[in-house]
Amino acid sequence: MTDTWLVTNLRAIRGRAYPRVIGSKRELSWLFFDITLPLLTVSAYAYIYKYIQAPDEFVGFVILGGAMTAFWLNILWMMASQLYWEKEIGNLQLYLIAPISRMSILAGMAVGGLFMTAIRASATMVIGVLLFGIVLSFAQPVMLILIFVVTMISLYGMGMMFASLYLLLGREAYHLSNLLTEPVYLASGLYFPVKALGFWAAAGASIIPITLGLDALRQLFYPGSGAEYGFLSVNTELAILAVLCVAFLWLSKYSLDYMEKLGKTTGRLTLRWQ
Amino acid sequence: MQSAVEVKGLTRVFEPKKKKEGKSVTALNKVDLRIARGELFGLLGPNGAGKTTLLKILSTLLLPTAGKAFVAGFDVEKDFTEVRKRINMVSGGEISGYGLLTVKENLWMFTQFYGMKSSVAKQRIDEMLAQFGLADKKDEKVRTLSTGQRQKMNVIRGFVTDPEIIFLDEPTLGLDVNASRVIREFIVDWVQAKDNRTVLLTTHYMMEADQLCDRIAIIDDGRILACDTPENLKKLVKMNRTLKLDVTSLKDTSKFGSLTGVEQFTFQDDAEKDQTHLKFILTDDSAVTEIISEVQSKGARILSLQKTEPTLEDVFIKMVGKGFE
Ligand SMILES: Nc1ncnc2c1ncn2[C@@H]1O[C@H](COP(=O)(O)OP(=O)(O)OP(=O)(O)O)[C@@H](O)[C@H]1O
Ligand SMILES: [Mg+2]
Repeated sequence: MTDTWLVTNLRAIRGRAYPRVIGSKRELSWLFFDITLPLLTVSAYAYIYKYIQAPDEFVGFVILGGAMTAFWLNILWMMASQLYWEKEIGNLQLYLIAPISRMSILAGMAVGGLFMTAIRASATMVIGVLLFGIVLSFAQPVMLILIFVVTMISLYGMGMMFASLYLLLGREAYHLSNLLTEPVYLASGLYFPVKALGFWAAAGASIIPITLGLDALRQLFYPGSGAEYGFLSVNTELAILAVLCVAFLWLSKYSLDYMEKLGKTTGRLTLRWQ
Repeated sequence: MQSAVEVKGLTRVFEPKKKKEGKSVTALNKVDLRIARGELFGLLGPNGAGKTTLLKILSTLLLPTAGKAFVAGFDVEKDFTEVRKRINMVSGGEISGYGLLTVKENLWMFTQFYGMKSSVAKQRIDEMLAQFGLADKKDEKVRTLSTGQRQKMNVIRGFVTDPEIIFLDEPTLGLDVNASRVIREFIVDWVQAKDNRTVLLTTHYMMEADQLCDRIAIIDDGRILACDTPENLKKLVKMNRTLKLDVTSLKDTSKFGSLTGVEQFTFQDDAEKDQTHLKFILTDDSAVTEIISEVQSKGARILSLQKTEPTLEDVFIKMVGKGFE
């Protein structure tokens, strides 16, 4: 056992990510639900935009939004309630007695969820692009990747924070997930440029990382569209996303530590049906 | 050598969820306990005695309200990471893991939380699955396992990381004779295989505690009532060994009362059947031979013989004031 702390924790992350990754391979029913259904929603918007003769970009905007929706749903309906379910199954206490950082467990869930969702999102993108004959620009590949990575880290950081908080809420938490589904579609401009909401509403919605991430991706995929439809400049959005990234990771660690301490003191963290 | 577990004045009070509603529960009340390295130690107690609470504190899941607990010499409150590196835990009726993973994948996943190298982990898992007769199940989904198979898998999960000290909370709960035996034998072999291995298990099964454990602590209502080897615990009950004999009619019984090792002697003639019933309370087992030769020297034949000894259950009933329901 001369392995370093880092190696041990990387193995833990891989270990926890594994069931997610392998799970998406084993249960292929998701292919239908998670790719076809979002495509239907996206297509509905796309046809509306075509029918009212909106600018060509809008169909692309909505397909990008549809792809991002997958990540938001993954955060809300899987990441957030994950620790709670782990507690119910009895896995949580096994994670807690293991000699690893608790963040590795959350990170493992996030990596697994991200991997699984990325496949769905890409499928939505590819099919959408082919179906509607969309042309996207890859003129700034580095920036595209950077924006995507920072968006995902802050989004999954937020998911990790939710996971700890949901542990506190228990079974009632799904109400919150319900509450955060549709309104966030609206607030983060999944189906239209967020700029349309006006500055202050868009600024408020920017706390959710997909808002700015999506806005920046749209500007990059459609060079020149930023002036008219972009909320802030891509660089500014990248900077804000970087701040969100650090903030959410810190908050998730803080809330997880808090939950563990609370659990050890009250004795409720390892009990079922609470 | 430092103790595997050392507990001093350990107290744990659970406060009700809402103040005013309900009252606080003292699950552990000033518990003192010391378990040496290499021991197979049992905690025996009725429901709600505080067994699981003690295991949770020792495995760093719960903080003590007062007192101290050390595992492998480390304070569970302050040096929890050091403790965690050296322990593992298995509970009865556990449903841990993910149903869509195979048995082997599931076990592998848990080894990763201990930073085990994959190749080493996989080899050890294969060996242990074979040892538990689960080799043919290794590629089956976890959700298809029976209760007994599942618990064997859980036991493998706990031992595969090669802990110094393992906590087993009712490891054979609800299992059939066969599955329990496989697990019990494994536990005994495991402790004996290396010097530095310690087991702390809780159980409801008297037989299990009696057969398995080097020492047993009887716990009730958060307090340790007695702690000793099963043999010594049985000596605590005044109910001594008794010997009952039915012999063909015996006229002269004068000598029985004065044989060494006989504390008390009574007899009863059954004229109808032409038999005599003899009853002895013994302080020493060696009296049995002398009693038998005395019967034979008087020309009587032994028709039946029954010897009773105090069981752990008698000890338990005496200590706790009630048996298991
Ligand atoms: N998290 C908790 N919150 C409140 N009370 C608790 C908690 N955990 C245990 N208790 C109480 O503490 C006491 C001891 O419980 P514990 O689970 O340690 O008993 P046990 O000896 O393991 O019993 P069993 O044989 O039924 O498993 C019980 O009265 C129980 O109700
Ligand atoms: Mg218990």
